[in-house]
Amino acid sequence: MNAKYIARSSAIAARRLGDEMIVMSALDSTLFTLNEVATAIWQAADGRTPLADIVRRTVCREFDVTPELAYRDAEALVDDLAGHGILLVSEEPIPSGLVQERR
Amino acid sequence: MSLMAEVNARAQALGVPLSVHLDLTYRCNERCEHCYLEHDDKGEMSTAEIFDIFDQLADAGVFFLILSGGEPLLRRDFFTILERARALLFNVKLKTNAVMIREAEAQRIREMGVEQVQISVYSHRSEVHDGITKLPGSLKKTLRAIAFLKSQGLKVTIANVLMRPNLLDSPGVQRLAAEMGVGYTLDPTITPMMNGDTSLLSLRAPREILRQVFRDSSLVGNVEEFCAPPAAADDDALDATPCSAGHTACYISPYGDVYPCVQFPLPSGNVRRQKFIDIWRDSPELKDVRSITARDLPTCSSCTHVASCTRCPGLAYMEGNVRGPSTADCEKSFVRTGIPSANMLAKASAAARRTAIPGLVQIRMATT
Repeated sequence: MNAKYIARSSAIAARRLGDEMIVMSALDSTLFTLNEVATAIWQAADGRTPLADIVRRTVCREFDVTPELAYRDAEALVDDLAGHGILLVSEEPIPSGLVQERR
Repeated sequence: MSLMAEVNARAQALGVPLSVHLDLTYRCNERCEHCYLEHDDKGEMSTAEIFDIFDQLADAGVFFLILSGGEPLLRRDFFTILERARALLFNVKLKTNAVMIREAEAQRIREMGVEQVQISVYSHRSEVHDGITKLPGSLKKTLRAIAFLKSQGLKVTIANVLMRPNLLDSPGVQRLAAEMGVGYTLDPTITPMMNGDTSLLSLRAPREILRQVFRDSSLVGNVEEFCAPPAAADDDALDATPCSAGHTACYISPYGDVYPCVQFPLPSGNVRRQKFIDIWRDSPELKDVRSITARDLPTCSSCTHVASCTRCPGLAYMEGNVRGPSTADCEKSFVRTGIPSANMLAKASAAARRTAIPGLVQIRMATT
């Protein structure tokens, strides 16, 4: 399996609302709400850390779930968000200039 | 319930100001006939002050940020401000007349990730549009800017205010928007000036034009549904709050004044003297606005339209009573359905009593 790197797109808006994150892409104006697990993945998307590591370090540790199941769900989430321009996905690390700063 | 409605409900339950409209300046390069602002600069907030407010808004949970004016691009620091807003991950909607937007500006706006640009166009005919804006050549410049923005892939909406000087032109503007591949909204709302001057209200579209607008399916969707007689009000309707003003949204002027909405100039605090979050949470004015449900409205609670009326609390406030009716919305409800509002009936009844009184005692005189 090739490594997968993810980064927050600079064309999005995001804000925490209670225990969720609301995210909208400027590209297609689709609104998303991310639950705690999805928020953890989104926040860890720095373009340098492979998705498998994010899942292992962030999701499995914090949410008590097996790596296989967590990775499968995380991949589906990442593909969905990438389709709307909210996350950038690459098999190589993503340069920091393309990554949205976290807040 | 749509996801957007769910997010709004959640924000309201949590007391989060999801949306803030910030006017960066009241200065403008146009002098539109219907404009409710005084354009002289009375001490706009500095770049540093606006940056500080942005930090406060982000911390308070603001997601939607509308940047407007006056003409916001008249500020020399406009792009610095925009860049900061986007760095803080606000969803930015820009409201502009676009006269100052050329190819380079359009590109910067797209690169900064602005979600939507709303541009005022009053007519497809230069003589009418420029006549309203009092800026010769303004329609040409605005349309050129729309083309630049559109070519950048930005989401653009033409906002067309309906008023007496452009009564017959909305179909032309709508066609223009379709040809350019941009969105279109028609707004028949003319508001008094912020200082309370009501002379602008004479520009409001007459009833017969409103009737045409409300029966145009390209504007209102399902006409039968839109113009249907009002449904009886149940407890949910009577316990409902009127709109997002003061609940999940508010307005900040270029001088730091906080109001529930741009169309609701109830002074509620000033961010130059207080923290935004303190105003949002503790302002007695905002708390009062939040406490008002349809049930609390002396006239409107008994109105047949109460469940479906678009009553604007800001317009009611500008008429003198925040809990009173908004005459413009009574008119809209009547034009939609043909059924007069409780406010209209009360006024008609009072007028009938006034005219009836002289009839009771008549003095007849005859000369021979």
